[in-house]
Amino acid sequence: MPHASPQTDGAWTPAQIQDVIDAHKSMPGAMLPTLHAIQDRFGHIPEAAIPIIAESLRQTRADVHGIISFYHHFRTQLPGRSVVQVCRAEACQARGCRPLESHVKAVLGVDYHHTTNDGEITLEPVYCLGNCACGPTIRVNDEIHGRMTAAKFDRLAEQLKATVVEVR
Amino acid sequence: MMTTTVYVPRDTTALSLGAEAIVARLERAARQRSLDLRIVRNGSRGLCWLEPLVEVETAAGRVAYGPVEPEDVDALIEAGLFEGRSDHPLALGLTEEIPYLKAQQRLTFSRIGITDPVSLEDYTALRGFEGLKKALARDARKIVDEVKISGLRGRGGAAFPTAIKWQTVHDQPPGQKFIVCNADEGDSGTFADRLIMECDPYLLIEGMAIAGLAVGATQGYVYLRSEYPNAHAIFGEAISRARAAGYLGPSLLGSGKAFELEIRLGAGAYICGEETSLLESLEGKRGLVRAKPPLPAIEGLFGRPTVVNNVLSLAAVPYILDQGGQAYADYGMGKSRGTLPLQLAGNVARGGLVELAFGVTLRELMEDFGGGTQSGRPLKAVQVGGPLGAYLPESQWDSPIDYEGFAAFGGVVGHGGVVMFDDSVDMGDQARFAMEFCSVESCGKCTPCRIGAVRGVEVIDRIRAGERATENLALLADLCDTMVDGSLCAMGGMTPFPVQSVMKHFPDDLTPRHAEGGR
Repeated sequence: MPHASPQTDGAWTPAQIQDVIDAHKSMPGAMLPTLHAIQDRFGHIPEAAIPIIAESLRQTRADVHGIISFYHHFRTQLPGRSVVQVCRAEACQARGCRPLESHVKAVLGVDYHHTTNDGEITLEPVYCLGNCACGPTIRVNDEIHGRMTAAKFDRLAEQLKATVVEVR
Repeated sequence: MMTTTVYVPRDTTALSLGAEAIVARLERAARQRSLDLRIVRNGSRGLCWLEPLVEVETAAGRVAYGPVEPEDVDALIEAGLFEGRSDHPLALGLTEEIPYLKAQQRLTFSRIGITDPVSLEDYTALRGFEGLKKALARDARKIVDEVKISGLRGRGGAAFPTAIKWQTVHDQPPGQKFIVCNADEGDSGTFADRLIMECDPYLLIEGMAIAGLAVGATQGYVYLRSEYPNAHAIFGEAISRARAAGYLGPSLLGSGKAFELEIRLGAGAYICGEETSLLESLEGKRGLVRAKPPLPAIEGLFGRPTVVNNVLSLAAVPYILDQGGQAYADYGMGKSRGTLPLQLAGNVARGGLVELAFGVTLRELMEDFGGGTQSGRPLKAVQVGGPLGAYLPESQWDSPIDYEGFAAFGGVVGHGGVVMFDDSVDMGDQARFAMEFCSVESCGKCTPCRIGAVRGVEVIDRIRAGERATENLALLADLCDTMVDGSLCAMGGMTPFPVQSVMKHFPDDLTPRHAEGGR
């Protein structure tokens, strides 16, 4: 089963970071597009890249750190090969996301904001994926999965692990 | 050989339920049968509970099947899907005759699901860009006047008259002005913005171009939440195609008038749906709320006069320009004119988009359209207007939905999200979640919101643990008042609404949990 946005191995060089910044820095309000582009390419925004971003966009390192930490989407650590987000918002609550999230945590053996021991799956909460009539909903990388059940999640988790084996 | 045309939606809901696998199976079956199959990836009709809704073109019109799972495809074909026969339990007959759809008043959503979302031919065949053409032939002032006649009020939640906002920006001295579309649809239970962007994206492009002409702005930004990757892809493709065809760019349809459009992605912050926080984020900063005044219409993005409108407000504009403001104003009640795209969500049997004139009651919506709960259990509470909206008990389900009527009893129409809960819900959990959500999403600028939300969770936990419950309930009431009165924006100012509604209407759920013997 194909999965959108396969994660990179996270490797980066200052020159590569600089290339991404240079491609965006002339935009008005360039900071968010730049951070998105870096994270899309390298899977995260490396802490060590912050001084380069700050210098290029003429802000302090504290400013850049503050912006990255303000937004839930941005991360400074490389996540697992897949990022699984479970919607915790009201419409999914009404359709049983609370027992589902307990199940997901138990199956993966991790709490939110953590990565499985084998480094494959990072679990995150999310507040609404806009699939509110067909929840509970989870997102795996860029794919949305609706009407999720414990059994469907178990199959999905198996597929995610199987995909990894194939890739390697 | 005759071509068979089958429609399989490509909106997020259909994709989340196996639309791609359905397409693959249809194509395989067509190859096996040497059938000349044409698959159109249309948008959703908004009948979410029937997704994936597969349609087949017949001489009598399009016939529908749903909800189709990939495993159903072979049996459906055996039962005559390619011929449009209705011998299968999933067969729904003519799509346009489905009562849920037929009973609606779709002005804004007139095209969704009918067209291929990125096809300019489909869009223009159904009066697409007619509003823009009429706007191009008028003075800016006359465009604002037409919107004024329509009575359109901001569909994002604040319900501020759209034309007054436009007028203010129009009246600012010439120079760089901006149109900013708020597509940070963060309220749980809402997906109408997403449907516009995924199912009829040119409508939003047209609405924004008209807004630009009305106020003298040549640059627009759509601030789109990062939780909508599919909307990003489809809307981005629509922008490219519109630009190539001259509906965006330096000279709209050769008029010499310019309008450019760019998508900017948010990064997972609910607060960025607040307009000043959104502007900060667009400028590349933390999404901290700004104090008002100055109004964004006077000092907005990069300090310039800026229209900030919700997706649904801008998407209502092409109809208003094409058919006239009066045609729009003929729908609705009181000071709430036109139609409201409602979104039925949560524990509902038939969830989806319901566009109706203002004035329908919640009960009609939840029972006649929604068909009650999905679980089949009795309905207990409904949250209208997102996470900052009150939980409404049955006594409030019979008032007609309009802005003033809802405000009169402390309700919020907001962005039109209707989230239903059956009687298994613990309203104490819901009150706690309201505070928890605020503690996660507060921008942190003002104290009542930043600290109040954290204290709110703690106080509710103490009440439910049976720790001095009476005193702590009084404390919670006081905390709610402080947040309502003292917060800088609606995040902290309205987070107490769901909490207060639970205290008032569902007090039995806010008692020590063990007292009920553990439901």
